[in-house]
Amino acid sequence: MSTTSPVASFYNDHSRTMIDWLKSWFLTIDHKRIAILYLITINIFFLLGGAAATVLRAELVTPQADLVQSDTYNKLFTLHGVIMIFFFLVPSIPAVLGNFLLPLMLGAKDLAFPRLNLLSWYVFFIGGLFALAATSLGGVDTGWTFYTPYSSTYANSNVILTATGIFIMGFSSILTGINFIVTIHKMRAPGLTWFRLPLFVWANYATSIIQVLATPVLGVSIALVAVERLLGVGIFDPALGGDPLLFQHLFWFYSHPAVYIMILPAMGVISELISCYSRKRVFGYEFIALSSIAIAVIGFFVWGHHMFVSSQSVYSGLVFSFLSYLVAIPSAIKVFNWTATLYKGSISYSTPMLYAMGFMGVFVIGGLTGLFLAASALDVHVHDTYFVVAHFHYIMVGGAIMAYLGGLHYWWPKITGRLYSEIWGRLSALIIFVGFNLTFFPQFFLGYLGMPRRYHVYPEEFQVLHVLSSAGSTILGIGYMIPIIYLLVSLRYGEIAKSNPWRAKGLEWQTTSPPPTENFEHTPIVTEEAYAYPPEEPERDAASYRPGSPL
Amino acid sequence: MWGFPLFPEQASTVAGQIDLLYFALVGLSLIFAGILPFVVLYLIVRYHRSMKADRSNPINSSLKLELTWSIIPFILSMGVFFWSTFLFFQINADPDDPLEIYVIGKQWMWHLQHPNGKRENNELHVPVGQPIKLIMTSQDVIHSFYIPAFRLKKDVVPGRYTTMWFEPTKTGEYHLFCAEYCGTEHSAMIGRVVVLPLPDYQRWLTTEEPAILPDGSTISTGVSSDSGGSMAEIGAQVFQQQGCVSCHRTDSAARAPVLNNIFGKPTSLASGETLTVDEEYLRESILRPQAKITVGYGPIMPTFEGQLTEDQVLQLIAYIKSLSDVDANEENQ
Repeated sequence: MSTTSPVASFYNDHSRTMIDWLKSWFLTIDHKRIAILYLITINIFFLLGGAAATVLRAELVTPQADLVQSDTYNKLFTLHGVIMIFFFLVPSIPAVLGNFLLPLMLGAKDLAFPRLNLLSWYVFFIGGLFALAATSLGGVDTGWTFYTPYSSTYANSNVILTATGIFIMGFSSILTGINFIVTIHKMRAPGLTWFRLPLFVWANYATSIIQVLATPVLGVSIALVAVERLLGVGIFDPALGGDPLLFQHLFWFYSHPAVYIMILPAMGVISELISCYSRKRVFGYEFIALSSIAIAVIGFFVWGHHMFVSSQSVYSGLVFSFLSYLVAIPSAIKVFNWTATLYKGSISYSTPMLYAMGFMGVFVIGGLTGLFLAASALDVHVHDTYFVVAHFHYIMVGGAIMAYLGGLHYWWPKITGRLYSEIWGRLSALIIFVGFNLTFFPQFFLGYLGMPRRYHVYPEEFQVLHVLSSAGSTILGIGYMIPIIYLLVSLRYGEIAKSNPWRAKGLEWQTTSPPPTENFEHTPIVTEEAYAYPPEEPERDAASYRPGSPL
Repeated sequence: MWGFPLFPEQASTVAGQIDLLYFALVGLSLIFAGILPFVVLYLIVRYHRSMKADRSNPINSSLKLELTWSIIPFILSMGVFFWSTFLFFQINADPDDPLEIYVIGKQWMWHLQHPNGKRENNELHVPVGQPIKLIMTSQDVIHSFYIPAFRLKKDVVPGRYTTMWFEPTKTGEYHLFCAEYCGTEHSAMIGRVVVLPLPDYQRWLTTEEPAILPDGSTISTGVSSDSGGSMAEIGAQVFQQQGCVSCHRTDSAARAPVLNNIFGKPTSLASGETLTVDEEYLRESILRPQAKITVGYGPIMPTFEGQLTEDQVLQLIAYIKSLSDVDANEENQ
């Protein structure tokens, strides 16, 4: 993976022996190498979580239990949830793309605390080992939500081992958050003022605030479950004098903001993609930037909308419903601004742009169905049904993963120094979009019909919709396999990438691809705002189009 | 399998109202999700780099536009918020004079008892056209009582009572699901709600049928059976057996509050607070009597936590409620 550029890339090293080479990766303090370690680790988790989902969808093809029985099914959906949320989605964009790009976008040599950064990967890895150990020793069947007193008293599975894994993994999330906040505050290149920052940086800043403030609460609540389970201290189980709803309050105080840990960085990626492939400054920069902060702040006060039917007071229901509508507005603002960015642009249908457009489509549906769930009276009916399952997959799979893939493609040449196959890229973006919608759109109907989640045995009249959904998931699964193949192929056979193959703005494109260990030969001095495409750039770009040029 | 529905049946008074809100939201969503993707599609085709178009003077920001697309969605969402909250309060406000049915959830079975003592498992028989209130608790983990055709669910939580009410509008059989994940056989914790015309319901109430008690034993229940009669009557027996009667009595030897005619009425506590006597308060006062002491009485009652089954607590409550009903009726006469 060497490049022809005169500057040695961060992949180059002088290790003579295998041991040296291993050391150069596993003891690296280079944020780019750590990002690669994260990339490989979380994608392995993604495949594992995806494999579990495949079995779930296969089982749901028929209304009886045939492929797996109750216990296995319960363990599989728990595995799917725990892995996908804690070990894939939460670290995905921040720990991979954020880690790689933040110092580059800021014109810095590394993150503020490089050793802390390496530690965060080790902590993450150890947390993952605990979760995997819990799985291989028989699994856990509480659902990723660990509701008490089921998890603390009644479940007969590896609750403590899994909880320990999540507890440990939480620290890696906190470490990354602290690192990003300090880096963004202290290590911006000369001239790089706050309102010249790329929106991806703003989004990761907002995300980091949530990671630092909310994750400790997850640690506390999960530790309390372990304390009750191990020592019999009455915290959540009413039989011991505890309060089962206390757990839900604590859990959602983290886990609702965690949704924004997953989607805010995705929104940051989309802003970058749409601007570049429209050849234009992003519309309403300040509004997109500050809406990220607004989402991060308001997102802390909406957790009770998970508890409308839990017997919390109707007045709490009123307040949480109101705040949930409030948090929807900044997301709407972003979508409108992205749309306005397209106006008078010069648009190309490159792979990352197709992912970005796909993101817009599914995010709008995911966001709007969130308004259904924020309506307390309606939530009484659809709470804990497939309507909720469909809604959060539209945000997390449709939204976050599509943005993650879009970003991975967009920055792939920067990360690896190679170009991927554009044809396969576009094809996979389309297949994923179609497969995704076919998988999850029928689930809205299932949910409104009353199909509860976490059921593998269900009344026959739901079968047709389940079959449709499972058929869609096959297409989606194929869609996810294709990029894995052609991206790996590109590492060896891909065209060598130039420093700035997309003619994009942003400091990361000013250095070589892949960047040298020090990122920049000289610290860049910033004199213009982000996305400083000249006003005549769209016209010039369109004028340069010839039949046969890339679409 | 081929006659598959895309929309659930409506069988309660609130179902229509919930569906109306649902369709309003679908309509509102279509304004955005139906139009926005086409605007995006139009823009990415119109301004594709291969298309000749006017690209001069692109704008990068507009406060007017930002305010427009912030304020309009805000106003619309507030409309939905008020509508839905109004409905939510209506769903959660108790109806007048409902028929009360007691529900105990346990892994993985529903146990229901009607006031006359008739019990049933995983089935709920109710009369059509009459408000019905469920008073629910769980013996183990959290469950959730969900009837899609009524558009209603409520979590069934151990250690406390939750309630939900509905008024069925159509006779028939409807799905009953446990909606909160509760362990291995969660998806088998299902049953049906049978809505009957009133005479059929009354006949059903007096039919002898076997039922499984929450403790796992099987009995035959029905009004005439030797299972002890109505819930209040069984409650009265428990009241005697547990010795409650030695303090809670009407004569001068009473060392504890008289329980006649207290249900649904305000009571003053030693702490200075005043609250209304409801099921939750009675439950706490039986199981953890020291938590709230009635003004003028000493904290002398022993705790019954772990001494009584959920079933017995419900029967005691039914008995105490019956003491209030009788008095109210006598006053009226």
